[in-house]
This record gives sequence, C-alpha cells and structure tokens, in this order.
Amino acid sequence: MSDLLAVNKLRVVYGQIHAVQDLSLTVAEHERVCLIGANGAGKTSLLKAIAGMIPHRGGSVQFAGRNIAHLSAHQIVPLGITLVPEGRGIFTRMSVAENLAMGAYIRRDKAVVAVEIDAIYQHYPRLGERRHQPAGQLSGGEQQLLAINRALLSRPRLLLLDEPSMGLAPLMVKAIFETLRLAHQQGVAILLVEQNAHLALAHSDRAYIMANGQITQHGNAAELAQDRSIQHAYFGE
Amino acid sequence: MDILVQQLINGLVLGSVYALVALGYTMVYGILELINFAHGEVTMFGAMVALAVISALLGAGVDLPGVVIALLGLLTAIPACMLLGYGIERLAYRPLRHAPRLAPLITAIGVSIVLQNIAMLIWGRQYISFPPILPQGYHTLLGARITDVQILILVASLVLMVALTLLVQRTQLGRAMRATAQSPQLAGLMGVDANRVISLTFIIGSGIAAVAGVLVSAYYGLAHYYMGFLLGLKAFSAAVLGGVGNLAGAMLGGLLLGVIESLGAGYIGDITGGFLGSNYQDVFAFFVLIIVLIVRPSGLLGKPSHDRA
Ligand SMILES: Nc1ncnc2c1ncn2[C@@H]1O[C@H](COP(=O)(O)OP(=O)(O)OP(=O)(O)O)[C@@H](O)[C@H]1O
Ligand SMILES: [Mg+2]
Repeated sequence: MSDLLAVNKLRVVYGQIHAVQDLSLTVAEHERVCLIGANGAGKTSLLKAIAGMIPHRGGSVQFAGRNIAHLSAHQIVPLGITLVPEGRGIFTRMSVAENLAMGAYIRRDKAVVAVEIDAIYQHYPRLGERRHQPAGQLSGGEQQLLAINRALLSRPRLLLLDEPSMGLAPLMVKAIFETLRLAHQQGVAILLVEQNAHLALAHSDRAYIMANGQITQHGNAAELAQDRSIQHAYFGE
Repeated sequence: MDILVQQLINGLVLGSVYALVALGYTMVYGILELINFAHGEVTMFGAMVALAVISALLGAGVDLPGVVIALLGLLTAIPACMLLGYGIERLAYRPLRHAPRLAPLITAIGVSIVLQNIAMLIWGRQYISFPPILPQGYHTLLGARITDVQILILVASLVLMVALTLLVQRTQLGRAMRATAQSPQLAGLMGVDANRVISLTFIIGSGIAAVAGVLVSAYYGLAHYYMGFLLGLKAFSAAVLGGVGNLAGAMLGGLLLGVIESLGAGYIGDITGGFLGSNYQDVFAFFVLIIVLIVRPSGLLGKPSHDRA
C-alpha cells in the first residue's frame, strides 16, 4: 500500500514550547490509524499542523504525493483532508442544516449534497428533527455526530479526528465509532487521536504512541493492545 | 400640517441612510471585531464620485433625463467605493490582522484622515451642490409632506436592506460570512478562505455606503469632503444602539436614531424653553450613544456576551 499521508520530521513550536518534535508518521490509503498520548503530548498540535491550521517549523507533510506543508486549511480541505477538531467545533448559532451545508462548502454538486444530507437525517433522526434549531442546543454527543457528518460531507480521503469520544456517554461513543466504521467502509482513511486507548486500538489497524511531542512506539494495533508497558501506561492496569 | 408626522417622516428618511451606513460598520465588526472608522469617508467618496460624474455629464451637455444622469453617477460611485473599501482592507487592515487590537483601530482613524485629505485635494474645501436633476415633487401624507426624493431614499434603502438580509441569510456566501464571524479557524476547516470573505464583506459594505452617500447628498442637496465624519459617527452610534455586529440591529438602530434625532430637533426648543435650538440636533446621536453604552452596552438586539467558538 502506498502512503496517503506521510509526515516527515515535523516540528511545531509555540514560543519556547516544542509541542511536536521531529515527528514522522504515515497513513495508508483506506487505513485506520490511531495516535494515543497523555495530556499535552502534542496530539492536537500535530493534527492542526497537518490540517494547515497552525504553521510548523520544519519537516514536511506529503498528501497523495504532494507537499502540503505550506498550504493553509482552506486549501487543504479540497485536496481531501478534513479535521474534526477538538471540542467538536460546531457553529453554535447556525442551525443543524446550515452546519451540514458548511461541511459541503467546497462542493459544487449541491443536488447530490442535498440527497446526502437527507440520508444523514434518516440515519440520525435526532439531527433531522432539529435541523432548523441552533446547533448549540444539541447535546454534546449529538454535536459530535453532527461534526463528524459535517466533515464527511466534504468527501475527505483522510479524516482527522481529535478526541471525538471525550466527555460522552458510552451509548454516544458507540454511535460515533459506528459512524466512523461506516465512513471507513466507504473508503475513507482515518487518523484518530484518542486518550481512550482501549477504544482507539480496538478500532484501528495501526497505532502510534506519543509523548512529549515524539513518537515513542508504533505498530499493529492489536499487538500494541497486548503490550504490557502500554497497558500499564494507558489502560491504568 | 401635522408636525409630529412630519418629524417622523423626516426621521425615517434620515434614519434609513444611517441604517445603510451602519450596516457597513456592523458587518466588518461582526467578522473582524474592528471598527472601520474610515467607513464614513467611503460614504463621502460615494457622494463625491457620483457628483463628479453628474456634473461632468451635465457640463458636456448630455441629453438624458435627470434621473438617468443621477443613476449613471450612482453606478460609477458604487464600484469606485467597492474598490476603495477593498483597497483599505488590503493595504491598511490585513497587514495588522494579528497585531494587538489597538493597532488597527488607530490605523482606521489614520485612514479616515488620509481619505478626507485626499478628497479635499481632489474636490476642494467648498460645499458641492447636488444639481436639481431628481424629481422635485411632493405628496401629502397624514397631513404631512413627503418629497419624491424622500420616497426614493426610503425605497432604495428598503430594497438594499432586504437584499443584504437575503444575501446573508440565504446564500452560500452569507453562510460563509456568518461562519467566519463565529470562528475564522473553524470556517477554514470547511474550506472557507477567510481573507476572501473579509474582502467581500468590505466590498459589499462599501457598495452600500456609496448608495447611502449619494442618497444623503441628494437629500441635503450638498456634499463636502468632511461630510463622512459626522455621518460615520452617527451611523456608528446607530450600529452600537442596535447591537454592533448584528445586521437587524444596525437597521433598527439607524431608523431609531433618525427618528430620535428628528423628533429631538423638532421639540428641543419647546423642551428647553427656547434655550437650545434645532441646530443642536447632532447632539442626540451622541447622547443616545452614551446612554446605550451605560445602560445596555450590547445594544438593543446584541447578545449580552458573545459566544465565539
Ligand atoms: N496555542 C498555544 N500556545 C502555547 N502553547 C500551546 C498552545 N497550544 C498548545 N500548547 C502547548 O503545546 C503542548 C502540546 O499541546 P497539545 O494541545 O498539542 O497537546 P494534546 O496532546 O492535544 O493535549 P490534550 O490531550 O490535553 O488535548 C502543551 O504543552 C501545550 O501546553
Ligand atoms: Mg488535544
């Protein structure tokens, strides 16, 4: 398999703080990769840098064979990378329907988009019922479902997710991972950041462990789930 | 003649011009949290450019109806102001996008002064009169008088306000503007080019300002390089009154301010026993501004605290 995303020696710096240090990772076409790390490890910084939200200080980001490190977020979305940001990033004052419409902002085939949005309402009746209400009135889990479906409407080849299960009830977490499974079935590659290591490893092909801005371990997700040191550090066992 | 009705009509006419200018302030503030103090000068340029075109056409003896000549002036002023608004943003504000907030504010005041001086150099210090090319008739309404020009101002303002509301609420661009206002970073993740949206916001607001400038100079029959200063301050007061950043608020604030000013000017003599005359009418806008800032700083329709994502 060829690499869809190849991050090479990426560095992200905030003043004196080195959030990401010479970090390399890859995601293959149609692959599910998770990135696990403690608070402040630099996970969000890495995703933001890949998505073009923050500048980086060295290294390269290749996507589908093209260097995208110098592009900004709005230029990267049309290439096929969409980030579901930490804390969901809903347009709270806009309706559910308008949030979804924003997800399809870059698309010209609006008739097809309308059909896809209808399918979302069918599949998630709670979103359908509240399509004209401000999205800020949805529950946290519903907002996360909205954020993920909104991201999928941009038709990404690679979906980046920053702690989608954070603070949600188990039933909602299940619904979210089911949504990701369906997206993956449709051919979307996934780079998932999680603190919930159990969950992340169970839904990934490969995994990277991150600490202090660097990758400390990586490999097959199922194998890492059995690793004693990882169980100790991230499962609290 | 019914004085109260007359003052109301005059107030609504003036207020609709304030509302048009206030929209420009509020649109820019909604997205950049910047008070574009040069906006009043953009309005002034609209009036000046239109008058230059009108007098050139009249001077050349062009044989067209007066309304058409006025329209040609307006249709030149609109793109000229759009270009001006675009240029102001690109040259003066964009380089300061990530600077401390005071820097663009001071720059805005600087741009305003520069534009006044440019206008003074081009068109001089004297008042320029708006030639009588528009219909000069009037109608009687509820015992008061409403002129053709007043009707024209009300209709044009209403059309523009409805059009802008539809643009912002119903179109993809409007959605992108609202998304960018809430969070430029988040809008970027949807593929929205915030700089493009910001440019378009300045362009649209400046186009509306051009119309307002032409209307107000037609109303008073005058234009002057300094006219944007007071008009801008009043429109800014109107935007604050309605809740800065809120489009409906700018419209409501503008109309209300016009009416308050007109009623105030009409009755200030009676209220103060003749101590203050109607020449104090300009005071009301600032009186209103101060009261709003004390009593309800978020304005009539503004949210008490804003929820930026
Ligand atoms: N805007 C910023 N300015 C300065 N420092 C920052 C900024 N954002 C993050 N940091 C610092 O960079 C480091 C990495 O932060 P980051 O948010 O990327 O970590 P994270 O792994 O996503 O953490 P969490 O699990 O808490 O979300 C931390 O030390 C953090 O304090
Ligand atoms: Mg994070």
